[in-house]
Amino acid sequence: MRGKLLKFALPLVAFLALIAAGCGGGDNESTGGTAPSETTGGGGAGGTLVFAGAADPVVLDGALVSDGESLRVITQLFETLVALKPGTTEPEPGLAESWSANDDGTVWTFKIRQGVKFHDGTDLDAAAVCFNFDRWYNFKGSFQNPSATYYWQVVFGGFSTFNPDSGAPEESLYASCEASDASTAVITLTKPSATFIPALSQQAFSIASPKALQEFGADEGSVDADGIFHPTGTFGTEHPVGTGPFQFVSWTRGDRLVVERFDDYWGEKASLDQVIFRPIADNAARLQALQTGEIQGYDLVEPQDIPTIQENGDLQVIDRPPFNVAYVGFNMSMPPLDDPKVRQALAYGLDRQGVVDSFYGGRAEVAKEFMPSSVEGYADDVPEYTYDPEKSKQLLQEAGLTPPVKIDFWYPTDVSRPYMPDPKRNFEALAASLEKAGFAITPHSAPWSPDYLGKSDEGQLQVYLLGWTGDYGDADNFIGTFFQSPQKQWGTDKNDEMKPVQDLLAQAEAEPKQAKRIELYQEANRQIMTILPGVPYAHSSPALAFTANVKGYAPSPTTNESFATVTLG
Amino acid sequence: MLRFVVRRLLLLIPILIGVSILVFLWIRALPGGPAAALLGERATPEAVAALEHQYGLDQPTYVQYGKYVEQLATLEFGNSSTSRQPVATEFRQRFPATIELAFAAGFFALIVGIPLGFFAAKRYQGVVDHTSLVISLIGISTPIFFLALILKYVFAVQLGWLPSVGRMSVLIDVPHPTNFYLLDAILARNWEAFVDVSKHLILPAIALGSIPLAIIARITRASVLDVQNEDYVRTAQAKGLAPRSVDFSHVLRNAMLPIATIIGLQVGLLLSGAVLTETVFAFPGIGSWLVDAIKARNYPVIQGGVLFIAIIVVFVNLLVDLSYGFLNPRIRLSK
Repeated sequence: MRGKLLKFALPLVAFLALIAAGCGGGDNESTGGTAPSETTGGGGAGGTLVFAGAADPVVLDGALVSDGESLRVITQLFETLVALKPGTTEPEPGLAESWSANDDGTVWTFKIRQGVKFHDGTDLDAAAVCFNFDRWYNFKGSFQNPSATYYWQVVFGGFSTFNPDSGAPEESLYASCEASDASTAVITLTKPSATFIPALSQQAFSIASPKALQEFGADEGSVDADGIFHPTGTFGTEHPVGTGPFQFVSWTRGDRLVVERFDDYWGEKASLDQVIFRPIADNAARLQALQTGEIQGYDLVEPQDIPTIQENGDLQVIDRPPFNVAYVGFNMSMPPLDDPKVRQALAYGLDRQGVVDSFYGGRAEVAKEFMPSSVEGYADDVPEYTYDPEKSKQLLQEAGLTPPVKIDFWYPTDVSRPYMPDPKRNFEALAASLEKAGFAITPHSAPWSPDYLGKSDEGQLQVYLLGWTGDYGDADNFIGTFFQSPQKQWGTDKNDEMKPVQDLLAQAEAEPKQAKRIELYQEANRQIMTILPGVPYAHSSPALAFTANVKGYAPSPTTNESFATVTLG
Repeated sequence: MLRFVVRRLLLLIPILIGVSILVFLWIRALPGGPAAALLGERATPEAVAALEHQYGLDQPTYVQYGKYVEQLATLEFGNSSTSRQPVATEFRQRFPATIELAFAAGFFALIVGIPLGFFAAKRYQGVVDHTSLVISLIGISTPIFFLALILKYVFAVQLGWLPSVGRMSVLIDVPHPTNFYLLDAILARNWEAFVDVSKHLILPAIALGSIPLAIIARITRASVLDVQNEDYVRTAQAKGLAPRSVDFSHVLRNAMLPIATIIGLQVGLLLSGAVLTETVFAFPGIGSWLVDAIKARNYPVIQGGVLFIAIIVVFVNLLVDLSYGFLNPRIRLSK
């Protein structure tokens, strides 16, 4: 018997020895090389930072992308007229030193910063700014596709020529841009708007060198048989020329994208010599690469990995301020939700704190209103609805209903969103709390896309889970998107209770004075939370991870994060 | 011989038609589509419809397939819907990575698997035999991604001997005329790069080679056991040939035939295993390329990539069949 045991134990030992021996070679070899972290971290100032994203950028032309991986690199290479105070959504001067509007908010005059050079040595002036705006406005063919020019269409609408097949809207907010002198660009709009100022801080409105745009065929390309636009120019792949603190060096797809410090930068120059971006799709692989020192930072940290990183003294977690909202939406045109008392009863019956505590791993806060507190226009004094099942029942009785009141409650399947990592469990907890508050819940679910989103767009859901991640730091991008125009998902196409809010939002959009706009949005938030077209329940914080020697990274809710302020300690 | 090759090449046509139809229908049966994937959660139904119209995805499937075949006939594989680069260009950039990895994994499987199986047979029921059995069982039963994570955790994270991701350290660079990084390093006479690329290959090659290793070891063992009881082996031993000579010229050579078949079949396994291995090791080959494409419903890349792989598997199997002739002259004669 013992002999038999030995027969099996020995081979196991042998196997492990074999594996160790197989890798022994690697050990000997590695003594000759240096660990990447030692090389990159050394020297105090300067150095190279290696950062991992989940994928390659699509193309380094801000006007043509909306994916985070492209925007991350574009932020290093390009700048916009309006910048954001680091870590906030508050506009501050960027390539424009200042701006002002005429009285009705249709003509905006931008003072362009002087002495700014593009990476190709040409000067920034008002003509270069207008060249960029005219380029965007005159996009044709598949450039008008929302997959390419999503942000232009969100902010400015349509283009100079309307193509009904493109999916782009017909009307455009943009009328013209004129360079009255080298430092003055005048942008005229077709109707009053102030939301476009914060929107101009998006990387989609990065000012590129006109010389490079033309020389490297930024607008050249063909549409293949599959309808996919295929750029033939090299601007976005080999020659992305902007004014940013870093300039482009090289890009090997699937492997690395290298940028280096731009020494003629107009502002404070970057400390790092180089930043190298690597695509690592697998979450576990990104974490392990950080642990081995092959990278010094990565984005999209999985919530379950955060304790591992925090326990490791060589690593650190950096939180981005929340920039999203998860909410329980109501269709106010479906009885009994047309009665404000019933909606209030629902609000008091939802145990939002419980859901946030249980399912967000300490990475979320309970939402009070439909936008995060980092966005201007957030009001602290909105009506609040803390979980109170008795009050719910009482409100239902006041509404003339006898509990339990039947409600169709919907949640999506096959989806996980930052603001709603596990919709089913959110649903179960919220439904259970409503059951205690005098409601009888009939659960329904549908696959996220296209079924669930389609049903909510069509206004077929009575009570449902949904959410939103902001594109840019303006109240208009949150409550404007939800409530400014009547929408079937809230039943505001049939129920006009939200009319006062719609008027307020329209007024705020056109108001050129920022202080006044903020007041209007705050008032809108108060009214929304009084009328209750839904109940927001969570704002979640995404996390980044770095090695402990990385200092000065300013996380931004809108991910406009520059590596120029980063140093390696 | 020539007729055999031509016949096998002609067989490619129905195989490719079958594969292309299957892939074409399969990806369209998945929920969501490239338009919805590209536009993300912001997609309005109108925008999705407009994009699908532009991509021709609103037409009946047979019309789409007809257009696709028409395109293929002109050797056009279309453009990736995410990177907007031609599928053929991306394939050329990424395929060498997978070949390099598959070769390394195959090499690892062979140099460990054949001796392991051979000595297991020679020491039938002995310690080596049982060792070989344990290694094979572990190799076959451990999922690749799990083995890969364990290997990385031990040898990269804990011991720090080997890198955990990519094909090459980002602080080293050489020109890439061939995209075979080992070859590129040799061409550039950059030995530091050569060592670096080799080190990046070790863990993925072990992870990917583990299943083939196990299979090769088991087949070698069985085959050697069979052959060493053959009359001609006994004759060779009886006539006083040195044991080493008997082993190599008579036993191993005759035992190679089933082993060669198995090696041929492993190529398919290596390519499909590359999908997992490349993802875990962030190795930019066709495996990780296809995974990303499936996530993004990138139809042109999925269709093109699977077709390329089918062609390669068919060719490798043809080469294996041809190699029988060299291993066994009797097969050479039969038509």
